[in-house]
Amino acid sequence: MAKATVVIPPSAPKPNRFSGLGQKILVPILAVFTALVIGGLIILISGGNPLEAYRGLIEGAFGTTKAISETFIWATPYIFAGLAVAIAFKGGLFNIGAEGQLALGALAAAWLGYGLPRMLDTTIPAIIHVPLVVIGGALAGGLWGAIPGWLKARTGAHEVINTIMMNYIALGLVSFLLNGPMKDPSPTNVIARTPSIAETAHIGTIFANPALRVHWGTLLALIVAFLIWWLLWKTTVGFEIRTVGTSSGAARYAGINVGRTIVLTMFLSGGLAGLAGAVEVAGLNYRHELSFALGYGFDAIAIALLGRTHPFGVVLASILFGAMRSGATRMQFLTQIPVDIISVVQALILLFVAADEIIRYVYRIRAPKEEVIMTRGWGG
Amino acid sequence: MADQISALEIKDITKQFPGVLANDKVSLNLKKGEIHALLGENGAGKTTLMNMVYGLYHPDHGQIFVNGQEAHIKEPTDAINLGIGMVHQHFMLIPVFTVAENIVLGNETIKGLQLDRRAASQRIRELSQQFGLEIDPNAMTGELPVGVQQRVEIIKALYRHCNVLILDEPTAVLTPQEADDLFRIMRELTQRGVSIIFISHKLKEVLAIADRITVLRGGRVVGETTPQTSDEHSLAAMMVGREVLLTVEKEKAQPKEVVLHVEGLRVKDKREHEAVAGVMLEVRAGEVLGIAGVQGNGQTELVEALTGLTHSFGGKMILAGQDVTNATPRRLVDAGIAHVPEDRHQFGMIKSYPIADNMILNTYHQEPYARRRTMNNKAIEEHAKRLVAQYDVRTPSVYTKGEALSGGNQQKMVVAREFSRPIKLLIAAQPTRGLDVGSIEFIHKRIIEQRDAGAAVLLVSAELDEVMSVSDRIAVMYRGKIIATVEAKTATREQLGLLMAGITPEQVAQK
Repeated sequence: MAKATVVIPPSAPKPNRFSGLGQKILVPILAVFTALVIGGLIILISGGNPLEAYRGLIEGAFGTTKAISETFIWATPYIFAGLAVAIAFKGGLFNIGAEGQLALGALAAAWLGYGLPRMLDTTIPAIIHVPLVVIGGALAGGLWGAIPGWLKARTGAHEVINTIMMNYIALGLVSFLLNGPMKDPSPTNVIARTPSIAETAHIGTIFANPALRVHWGTLLALIVAFLIWWLLWKTTVGFEIRTVGTSSGAARYAGINVGRTIVLTMFLSGGLAGLAGAVEVAGLNYRHELSFALGYGFDAIAIALLGRTHPFGVVLASILFGAMRSGATRMQFLTQIPVDIISVVQALILLFVAADEIIRYVYRIRAPKEEVIMTRGWGG
Repeated sequence: MADQISALEIKDITKQFPGVLANDKVSLNLKKGEIHALLGENGAGKTTLMNMVYGLYHPDHGQIFVNGQEAHIKEPTDAINLGIGMVHQHFMLIPVFTVAENIVLGNETIKGLQLDRRAASQRIRELSQQFGLEIDPNAMTGELPVGVQQRVEIIKALYRHCNVLILDEPTAVLTPQEADDLFRIMRELTQRGVSIIFISHKLKEVLAIADRITVLRGGRVVGETTPQTSDEHSLAAMMVGREVLLTVEKEKAQPKEVVLHVEGLRVKDKREHEAVAGVMLEVRAGEVLGIAGVQGNGQTELVEALTGLTHSFGGKMILAGQDVTNATPRRLVDAGIAHVPEDRHQFGMIKSYPIADNMILNTYHQEPYARRRTMNNKAIEEHAKRLVAQYDVRTPSVYTKGEALSGGNQQKMVVAREFSRPIKLLIAAQPTRGLDVGSIEFIHKRIIEQRDAGAAVLLVSAELDEVMSVSDRIAVMYRGKIIATVEAKTATREQLGLLMAGITPEQVAQK
């Protein structure tokens, strides 16, 4: 064991609250760059022209106002779900269950959207109905997320296992409800989906132009990202979440109720995932359908890691992933390169961000790494 | 003639770590059959140097000669083949293996597909007779006392035919009697031709056992001397680079009302064993009660129970007249307990947090640092700046991360936080472990200041010297119980050493 004293050279700049920002951004940027280069090589090997493909991708993502609008449509659920995974990481928890929490959030929102007015046999004013749908979805996701949190706090059961299991339960439940009790009863419908939600539950679009589908939910996502940042770094609750996430020993020493903080963190995490589902329902699809929103909860893990688990990083990573998703179709249309190549690039990004030693080695980055504690050992 | 050749010679070794020159042209000459002490403060580069000899690190420059031949030691196997053995501070033994299994591990004699236990036991018996190291090869290692486990490590090295033995801080975990036993063994070994490098920062021991002493400071050799031509003061001055006070200056204690009253406290350790088996103690305002004892006799669990980090399952704890048995750490802090934890990295600080946040780790919820759950960065920053200045924490900024500080400065940070609020009871566990002499002096002074300001102080330390010089009364803990309490003024090392080994005066009288 080296017990060397770290001597800080006198010429080194004095750290302040914002120290190490450049360092934090550098690795994700290089990871994206490297993934794109390797993706380009794969395109080249399979007989395509990578430059043209990427030109198509960029055009498809940012080429027109409609393209930009679609990029943000994609980015919105990514932001919510990415924040969900990121806040859990900050609390030392690996929430793999965003997928299930999101599906339940969407389901709850859909029911509040179509079922509640019918049950009450009245129209609910939009000013009440929209918040009800959105908050209801968040609550559903939050409670679903709090269960593995409570199990961990109470029994030490590892959240990775339990959130995966809760995914199966949630997705099975949603599938059952969409095929049965909550299935759209209209005679022409053959797919597993709910009826349309009431118009009073719709989140409005920002622009009058019907081609631009981007809705106020996108703005909500940005506001929520800011609120999460504020919560984590400007409040005692955030201090507690981060402290528990870094060291449960030090957290107990600091007088923090570790169990309660874990449950709270998982509730917030699940709530954000639920919000992703609710906003998709109320802002875009106006119903929940089994095939909608599949995979967001897993992409969210990549986004949280690429964003270095920082709320603002998550926003940037979400826009990038949104752009790749929305640009991919244009790329395929222009170059006949299948959209699947984008999944490959995204997987490579995740790989390089998670195994950032590779990036540090390739680009000879010497500065010390900042650890993201993904999860602690079993029973830890 | 052969005796003229050194067993081990280190020539101009330099080792650079990022940001620190750990060894700077260090030379050392170990003669055959001598005990050579390597003395220095923590971070002086002693362990780094020895890790290079043992092949765990590689020097940037310089040469190592074994028996006059230049050696290129790439990994521990090379060192072992050259006859170099090392006993680390933390033993590398598997508790559920027998002594024999541990000794042969990695160097097994095989009979068919099976371990030749008989041959191994035979060889171990031979070695233990030859060197006067009593040991039962079939004993379960984990059940042996620490001193005996250390013996297992030494035999393990001898089993691999070592003739240079490196002992890294071997007495840190021993009672004074066990240490004496170790010294006897070391002398025995040297008579049989083994040469020993003895790493230590304890002056008394070095003077007692070494033939020659090399002092390291800041990665450089600052001098070579012998016990005959030096004393504690001159060695301390060489180690630190200035004159140091070896004793703590303090007035006679003025004990007042009882602040902490503990009765029949029982605590289980992580393996559900009863580690604290009915402790009774009282600490008064204005006095320091020291708890002496060999590590692992329940001190850790006692402190964790008194500070709310773990639950007790029996007994009572009363703080200033209030029953606080099994209260939460939050409630105890609010009731006026300060706690300098034994393991600062596990409990006392968060390495990735800036100093400013570490300074409010357990008071972050209080005004002025937070108001209605909103953190007040300005107040936090000012508080940290004040404490950094007041406690001389060497750092470029209060936003430097805790991990960038040296051990001594990290500890000063913890001490600053805990001593800077009004407190009734201070619980300091191993407050100077791993610190240099200068920081130790500083922290001892501050503890006495707290005492004189009217706090009750409970000091738990494995360093007998520390307990003896800082405390007013000393309680000795053995197997989960306080077996005696004595006045510090009249206590002797021998008396305490016997008590630490569980031998009470009554037992001595019976014998």
